[in-house]
Amino acid sequence: MSETLLKIEQLEVNYGAVRALKNVSLEVKSGEVVALLGANGAGKSTTLRAISGLVKAKSGGITYANQNIARLNPTQIVALGVSHSPEGRRVFPGMTVLENLRLGASQRNDKENIQADIDRMFEMFPILSERKTQTAGTLSGGEQQMLALTRALMNRPKMLLLDEPSLGIAPLIVRQIFATLAELKKTGTTILLVEQNVNIALNLADRAYVLRTGEIVLNGSASELRLNSERVAQAYLGGGIETQDSRAA
Amino acid sequence: MNLLEYTFQQIINAVSQGSMFALVAVGLSIIFSLLRLTNFAHGDMMMVGAFGTLVMQLAGVPFLLAVLLGIVISALVGIIIERIAYRPVRGAPDVTMLLTSVALTYILENLGILLFTSSPRNFPLPDWLNASFNLADGRISFTSINLLTFGLTLLALLFLAWFVRNTQVGLGMRAAAEDLTASYLVGINVNTVIVVAFVMASSFAGLAGVLWAAQAGVVEPHMGFTPLLKAFVAAIIGGFGSIPGAIIGGFVLGALEVLIQSLPSEWGLGAYRDAIVFTLLIAFLLFRPGGIVGVKQEVKL
Ligand SMILES: Nc1ncnc2c1ncn2[C@@H]1O[C@H](COP(=O)(O)OP(=O)(O)OP(=O)(O)O)[C@@H](O)[C@H]1O
Ligand SMILES: [Mg+2]
Repeated sequence: MSETLLKIEQLEVNYGAVRALKNVSLEVKSGEVVALLGANGAGKSTTLRAISGLVKAKSGGITYANQNIARLNPTQIVALGVSHSPEGRRVFPGMTVLENLRLGASQRNDKENIQADIDRMFEMFPILSERKTQTAGTLSGGEQQMLALTRALMNRPKMLLLDEPSLGIAPLIVRQIFATLAELKKTGTTILLVEQNVNIALNLADRAYVLRTGEIVLNGSASELRLNSERVAQAYLGGGIETQDSRAA
Repeated sequence: MNLLEYTFQQIINAVSQGSMFALVAVGLSIIFSLLRLTNFAHGDMMMVGAFGTLVMQLAGVPFLLAVLLGIVISALVGIIIERIAYRPVRGAPDVTMLLTSVALTYILENLGILLFTSSPRNFPLPDWLNASFNLADGRISFTSINLLTFGLTLLALLFLAWFVRNTQVGLGMRAAAEDLTASYLVGINVNTVIVVAFVMASSFAGLAGVLWAAQAGVVEPHMGFTPLLKAFVAAIIGGFGSIPGAIIGGFVLGALEVLIQSLPSEWGLGAYRDAIVFTLLIAFLLFRPGGIVGVKQEVKL
């Protein structure tokens, strides 16, 4: 088994009085694609925000590449090779496609390779090349998602955090984006993927966790969960809490 | 004096006045776009730049070098106030930041009074700057200061335009103004961006202070107050937080002021210039808060 790249232990996160994560533990191994599933408000985005340092954990640990990153700021975490493509894409609307991509490389020191990487991104999504001098705000939702993904890749991440890349996008484009993610997986990029679209997520992922109201209620290998869609649905909606431990007992 | 000549003369006046407003307004807008901070202490950077230049001149430094050093001093003061006053309250409610900047204005102006007293001081100029030029047998006239004001403003604004398009920090500045959270996520060094923004804003204001003092012939600790208010109006009618908006707003306001002044005196509007300007401000705030360029409301995560 390959080594653990990311390990979250008993993570608790609050927004003021709102408790968003109660006791979340999960791990992602190097080269793995792990899906984080759950209904609206379950705490998926909060988990990603905690990893990338946007929100601070009240308690619990976040270890990345054997280093405690729970107290680092977002910039330091990006510099360690963790890229977060956030919910709602969050491309810079008034800036061009090229400028957005250049900004994705903010923490890189190898300036000489950046242009070559931009060209690689354009090979990945040729439509972006056609739009390169257009401002991001004028792109379609699907194109913005491609830009958000490639902007995250410009950091040459070891670990990619993706928050609902399929949100509000036509099925054809979703397939194109997930085909690209499958390619990335082959090249060894580690991905933690937040999705509401269970089928498409489980097709890409090796393993998955299901979150409900701030707690992990189910986890298992993707193939196992694909065959057990009823249990996944139940975990979403709130049947009995079922974790690996309780099943083992 | 025919109409053409008259118009030309007024355009010269408007451009000269507008340059100064634009120079100050741009800094206000950049800082606001990044921090949601209305930086009242921005006007005092004009005082710092002008006094800095004066002190250097009194120490025997040649004029142009003295101006340059005066601007450097403004930039340094900008760095210092960002570090000790604004960074600790960053992310605090808007009103906290606003009050901090008001407090800072008092501190800086009183420091100015302490060091230089509150009475205006003569601002010496080299002869070549006092030269005036006449066209059309003296019916159109302007001074070297008018020329210098426009020329240096143009240079400063062109540099800014280049900077925000072609450097990584400049791109980061625009990005952080558009979406601060997303800029953290892509790894922009937001602290660096904010410090550089203060350097730019303060040195532009410092330059404006020198030009203002050169036109008025004097420097005094409260000299930044009126131009700050005018720049504030310019930034808002242009679109607060937008660099092009601040520039457009500055020149529009300069043109408007000159227009009001040039109306026939029997109309009696000249005395109400400031009242008209602030009425315009209120009209914009009520009916077009996004200003001329139409700044969008900020996105919140
Ligand atoms: N900034 C915030 N302030 C207060 N509460 C918040 C904030 N952000 C999220 N929450 C709350 O925290 C909980 C988890 O939110 P989170 O965004 O992590 O859910 P999610 O699983 O990503 O949901 P979705 O699928 O709708 O994106 C929710 O109850 C939400 O209302
Ligand atoms: Mg979410």
